[in-house]
Amino acid sequence: MSASTRRRAALVPYAMLAPGIVLFALFMAAPIVYTLVLSFQKEVVKGLGLGSGGKSLQFAGLENYVSAFTDPEFAASVGRVLVYGLILVPTMLGLALLFALLLDARRTGAKGFSRVSIFLPYAVPAVISSLLWGFLYLPAVSPFYWVFEQLGWEVPSLLSPGLVVFAIANIGLWGGVGFNMIVMYTSLKAVPQEIYEAATIDGASEWQIAWRIKIPIIAPALVMTALFSMIATLQVFAEPTTLRPLTNSLSTSWSPLMLVYRDAFTRDDIYSAAATSIIIAIATFAISFFFLRVVQRRAFGQED
Amino acid sequence: MRASFRTGAVVAVAAAALIMTGCAADSGSEGSADDPIELTYWTWAPNMDKVADIWNAEHPEIQVTVNKQDGGDPAITKLLTAIKAGSGAPDLIQAEYQKIPTLVASDAIADISGAGGSDIADEFPDGVWDSVTLGGDAVYAVPQDTGPMMFFYREDLFAQYGLSVPTTWDEYAETARALHAADPSKYLGTFSANDAGWFAGLAQQAHAQWWSIDGEAWGVGIDEEPTQQVAEYWGGLVQEGVIDNKPMYTPEWNAGLNDGSQAGWLGAVWGPGVLSGNAADTAGLWKAAPLPTWDGDVANGNWGGSSTAVTTQSKHAEAAVEFATWLNTDPEAVQALVDEAGIYPAATAAAASVLTEAPEFFSNQPDFYEVAAQAADAVAPFAYGPNVNVAFSAYNDEFAKAAEAKTVDAFLAAVTAMQQVTVDDLESSGFTVAE
Repeated sequence: MSASTRRRAALVPYAMLAPGIVLFALFMAAPIVYTLVLSFQKEVVKGLGLGSGGKSLQFAGLENYVSAFTDPEFAASVGRVLVYGLILVPTMLGLALLFALLLDARRTGAKGFSRVSIFLPYAVPAVISSLLWGFLYLPAVSPFYWVFEQLGWEVPSLLSPGLVVFAIANIGLWGGVGFNMIVMYTSLKAVPQEIYEAATIDGASEWQIAWRIKIPIIAPALVMTALFSMIATLQVFAEPTTLRPLTNSLSTSWSPLMLVYRDAFTRDDIYSAAATSIIIAIATFAISFFFLRVVQRRAFGQED
Repeated sequence: MRASFRTGAVVAVAAAALIMTGCAADSGSEGSADDPIELTYWTWAPNMDKVADIWNAEHPEIQVTVNKQDGGDPAITKLLTAIKAGSGAPDLIQAEYQKIPTLVASDAIADISGAGGSDIADEFPDGVWDSVTLGGDAVYAVPQDTGPMMFFYREDLFAQYGLSVPTTWDEYAETARALHAADPSKYLGTFSANDAGWFAGLAQQAHAQWWSIDGEAWGVGIDEEPTQQVAEYWGGLVQEGVIDNKPMYTPEWNAGLNDGSQAGWLGAVWGPGVLSGNAADTAGLWKAAPLPTWDGDVANGNWGGSSTAVTTQSKHAEAAVEFATWLNTDPEAVQALVDEAGIYPAATAAAASVLTEAPEFFSNQPDFYEVAAQAADAVAPFAYGPNVNVAFSAYNDEFAKAAEAKTVDAFLAAVTAMQQVTVDDLESSGFTVAE
């Protein structure tokens, strides 16, 4: 092999990687760097701020970060999202696991149909599902409330301030169970049948097989779905934004991302919005890392 | 973007390279039929290309191309991006009145007082003209349409319950009580925390001045007597429970318009379009009346409306002003605006000569446009400030809480909070704010 062919051979992997690297650099790395740059700037107005030269860009240091951390609205939005996550994540994963186990159980019928109908809501975009649910939540137009009224029940509106978090979690639940169920079901399918046969010969019931064999084996899938769900929780945006015009119970800063959106596009302050989104990104990384550290040994322990 | 940023230099430099020095608007060079001046015009009103065609046929030396936009907010966002980039902005843009100070602050639209913009002040009501001058000597746009507020009510339900049309806010409150007492499922209206422009119109009627220019400083007058009076009034009605507290423009509200549980609506002159779109079956049942007044003080507020502005990137400011003036004051153009785009023209005389037949939805009320003209005439002066967006989103959040709390105190607290958020935002951006 000549030196030039060898050199060419050495370049081949880079050439193959190039499209990926270029796309990543352009559409992931560059915007992140730009956001970082923006977050350290601010726009300052002089006097009336009218006409040309009324505004100038300045270095802001950590000002945007300090104001994000001291903003009571930001803290409140984080608090609301935590409550939302505490309601949504366990319910969603619990139901997903239940459905996955039921679909995997030997005696379950109409598996294909059930699988598709549980999965289907995941294919509905969040904005559409929020509009659909929004209709169902409004007492004046909801068929549910019509039925409650016929039965003479006094059911409070799910869009009232105390209950709206459940209304939003329900939309997330409806859309999210299917996806998580498929992930768990897929890893259940990958479990060799001999294990179950051995368990059955040892006299294990379906319940014991599920509890002592299936769940521990798919623990990595559970960890992964939990992680994804937590990240999605922190980033909840479409559902509350779509429901907001329907009710007095949701503010424009209900979730952290709504706060970022409001600052960037309603208040025209992309600089503090950039700082807040950097904080959210770092927090997401930190939570993911911490969560993985805690559960990793338990979930993946047997494999060592 | 200065060189002080070493970090992220790659991106910063790349971005800076894109920013060219802004071209000053020079208004020279006459066009001719062979070599016409080409103007582009961003607007979201329907069928504006047909209106521009009339101009193009008559003016071979100035040809206007209409570029249809998605709506008020996206068009402005796009314009601001083009201004930052240094190129790509049109010559003319449709701008809602409350967007004008923001656009001026971003140096996106030009002062056209020198290019013939000042000569047409008499064509428009004072209240509207203030919105395009911001109360100063500059002229930033030519008014196009306005939204004088009106009171729409279900004539059949008023007859059924023996109610008379309220002319003052005291009577409105009495009527609201009487209707709700007669049928607890029915309301004369709703207090909508979603529609800041609606509340601004009501405050404008009470002679509120939310923003003002005081020398080199901005004044913010939200938490003052007129707005407090309006908030206290509505807070009282909501607290009593005789007025609904749910937002407008929801499926629930639409259902209410249809089934009569919303028996009235404080809307604006463009209301027939909303009502026919959301409650088509109730055509002929509604009537329009002037907004109730504060103890007979004839004044009105605006809800909505827009203008035609010339951007700072336009190289043909004079030609653009000529077109904008024709578009919004020439009887033939105004006729086309009404017929094709379905707007309520701002130009007083032109509107009176053009609007003779009531809209189809109000065919039961031949004098619809006479009522509208009265409403338009009575609009009180009102100027917007550079952070309307902040004040409006504060309105959404604060009044949503108040509407849910259903107390007068909460409504007054919301006004105070709105003032606070607006002033804080101005100050943190570096604006000088008058005490």
